[in-house]
Amino acid sequence: MNLNLQWTWFHRLGSPRWFYQKTQRWLPWLCLIMLSLLVVGLVWGLAFAPPDAKQGNSFRIIYLHVPASVVALAGYYLMAISGAVGLIWRIKLSYMLMRSAAPIGAALTFIALVTGAIWGKPTWGAYWVWDARITSMLILLFLYLGVMALRHAYSSNEAADKASAILGLVGMVNVPIIYKSVDWWQTLHQPATIKFTGAPSMHPDMFMPLVVMIVGFYTFYAVTLILFTRIEILRREYRASWVKQLVENNSAEK
Amino acid sequence: MYNYLSGGFLAYLNRDLLLGIRNKSDLIKPLIFFLLVSALVPLAIAPEADRLAQLAPGIIWIFAVLATLLSVERLFSDDLQDGSLEQMLISPNLLILPILGKITAHWLMIGLPLALLSPVIGVWLSLPSVAFVPMMLSLAIGTAVLSLIGAVGAALTLPRQGGVLLALLVMPLYMPVLIFGSATIQSAVDGLTWTAPLAILAAFLAIAIALCPLAINVSLRLAKNG
Repeated sequence: MNLNLQWTWFHRLGSPRWFYQKTQRWLPWLCLIMLSLLVVGLVWGLAFAPPDAKQGNSFRIIYLHVPASVVALAGYYLMAISGAVGLIWRIKLSYMLMRSAAPIGAALTFIALVTGAIWGKPTWGAYWVWDARITSMLILLFLYLGVMALRHAYSSNEAADKASAILGLVGMVNVPIIYKSVDWWQTLHQPATIKFTGAPSMHPDMFMPLVVMIVGFYTFYAVTLILFTRIEILRREYRASWVKQLVENNSAEK
Repeated sequence: MYNYLSGGFLAYLNRDLLLGIRNKSDLIKPLIFFLLVSALVPLAIAPEADRLAQLAPGIIWIFAVLATLLSVERLFSDDLQDGSLEQMLISPNLLILPILGKITAHWLMIGLPLALLSPVIGVWLSLPSVAFVPMMLSLAIGTAVLSLIGAVGAALTLPRQGGVLLALLVMPLYMPVLIFGSATIQSAVDGLTWTAPLAILAAFLAIAIALCPLAINVSLRLAKNG
């Protein structure tokens, strides 16, 4: 009895309708926060932060590269965990979140790889080196693409969701293993060219804009995830009466 | 008395081995592939012993991965087509032991012969003979992990019958096995302790035996409905 009472909030959270209506109110505020963070972070990082002692101005790409990488990696865990929540509690909404998270994460991983390559040319002298982090990011991209592609193997949404969730979980077990083994492999080969020229401890003048950008990217991720999920909700719940009413109201306004 | 648990394992092991022996061309295909592509390497690169020996650990492992990938696709799809997969899924129990039986049969027919055949390729690629035992051991243990992970991919892509999708799903997960497999051979060539990477491969095998059948069990039930 008591247990039931405690868990009602959890199930309400899992209702697509509740999510759709709540996020409608959150979205303008989130967009405002996102825009101000990204504008402040970009202007601060690109124009006002001091140039790096060794890399000059080329280091400024860090303000895109690092936030994209951080959020891409965190996004994989978000995708895998929401898949697991869907498998365990059979919540529709978390499958929708999982499905929406895959293309966003893949895009961010791609951005991280491309900006890394552009940054690598002036600092390491090569667009691509088989560094542990770069290799893991490449594998992360393949994992994201795998989750996206697996959907098309199944004819029913339900089976596709469960299969993607399993794949996400298998990948989640593997991400740390892959990272550590690539790291180990790289130290075995001892490549001489790879060194991070930027000192590990950054100057606060450079570091603060980076923090702003990382938080900005997280809000950007939240906004895109919400937008993708809202579309997914409408696409899947088109038979529900509240969706029909929503569409009717919208067309009446026009 | 008939033991229910080991019975499930042995029944599927026997059945798949018997099917494999009666259908020899499927059995030999990956091995021929392994030998043929290895014979292409000296022609494509250079017939110099030094350069070949340098590349050998990696090349042998890449071809072992590809040969396993070629064969793992058929692991469940034949059973789906002839209806025997449905027979297996009728059981309400967790199907861990029948699944492990099928995978063991696959390893006995693909992974183990690859490991036994590898010295031929070692000779072709002028791999130093000290590395032969580590190579065979790493292939024997590593291909078992590849079979288990590949079976998860094969079960997940069952409605599409594998193909490129299977490669996309499974290749990233094969990466650690590839790294430690070729590291075992490389360490033996360099005169380092090759048992350390081999032990890590064996640890992967222990994790894979514990977790992969669970994932396969769920995905097979999905594939039947989806």
